Amino acid sequence: MATAQTDPHARSNFWKWFDAFRRAPGMWAYALNRLSAIGLTVYLFMHLIVLRTLTEGPQAYDDFVALVKSPVFVFGELVVVIGGVYHGLNGLRVALTAFGIGVPYQKHMFYAVLIITAVVSLVFGIHMFTA
Amino acid sequence: MAEKWTVTFLINRQKDGVEPHFESFQLEVNPDEYVLDAIERVWAFHDRSLLFRHACHHSTCGACGMRVNGVEKLTCITTIRSVTSDGGTVKVEPLRNFPVVGDLVVDMTRLYARMEMVKAPSVIPLDEAPKPDTSVFDIKPDHDAPDDMIRLVDCIECGMCVSACPVPLTTPEYLGPAVLAGAHLRGLDNNPSLLELVDGPNGVWRCHSAFECTAVCPSNVEPGWRIMDLRKQVVKKRFQRLFGRGG
Repeated sequence: MATAQTDPHARSNFWKWFDAFRRAPGMWAYALNRLSAIGLTVYLFMHLIVLRTLTEGPQAYDDFVALVKSPVFVFGELVVVIGGVYHGLNGLRVALTAFGIGVPYQKHMFYAVLIITAVVSLVFGIHMFTA
Repeated sequence: MAEKWTVTFLINRQKDGVEPHFESFQLEVNPDEYVLDAIERVWAFHDRSLLFRHACHHSTCGACGMRVNGVEKLTCITTIRSVTSDGGTVKVEPLRNFPVVGDLVVDMTRLYARMEMVKAPSVIPLDEAPKPDTSVFDIKPDHDAPDDMIRLVDCIECGMCVSACPVPLTTPEYLGPAVLAGAHLRGLDNNPSLLELVDGPNGVWRCHSAFECTAVCPSNVEPGWRIMDLRKQVVKKRFQRLFGRGG
């Protein structure tokens, strides 16, 4: 007996860009690349807004620097580092495969990108939280 | 005695004037049956209005490509065991990036027309068919056996690569993996008129290297590799034209 369920096309195409569930590693690389790109772009604008505090005098800037030394902000900076390292390394992978170099090994290159990103992020994380 | 599973099939229903929705059908199945067998059983015993495409039942016609639990599969060779478990659910949807005619059927006209645009139609006269001793096959993957070079003739135009590719979600004008792989088969050396098409705004440079086309292709055509190799051909042709040596 058939029973009706929910609308299967409710999600917009935008969200489908990030839907790598059950898909191959290449799609995960693609989704993470877009996610990190959006994150880095948002961070760039936030960074420029923060720099604007320089125009409000030394005290305003010092107050803000004291605020961003809190663990929450340091964690946020670590996320930026993770996104930046991943995006840069995956960019190299995409650039190589874009001209036919190493295409059969694109999955392996993705795994290498993940491992290097994890190691670099760990080193940065230890340094940032212990400095 | 054959193993029996109870599986719930959530099937996309969509017709003129009716909002897309899922209908649920609970079936007793042998887990080694194929998803297409279950869909046919739903049609035969539960709802004769269900629209779906099928023909050969052995992965040569490409008609039964659908999304099974969100991933493109040829349902005639996808066992129920491979996509769910006893008491589980199988969600069946039409291919995406194509207009939906109804339920599980999509309009493939755009794909077929574009395959003809790049001179890689589904059926061509035997004397015009690419043969291994022609330059069409000079380019071949560097990681596989020599007979890999004739693989594109295995393209069954199922459209699953187009459905899996995230780029057509942005624009339906993108030529898509199957068409670009078809252009690669024909080769720019033998068909210089294809250069403007594949080097255009909706050609090879629109690919964003997700490689899902290669992941879901049931015929090992490797559209992802072919698009990247076609880029090399495009760059070579552009340089030749820049220095007045190209046609």
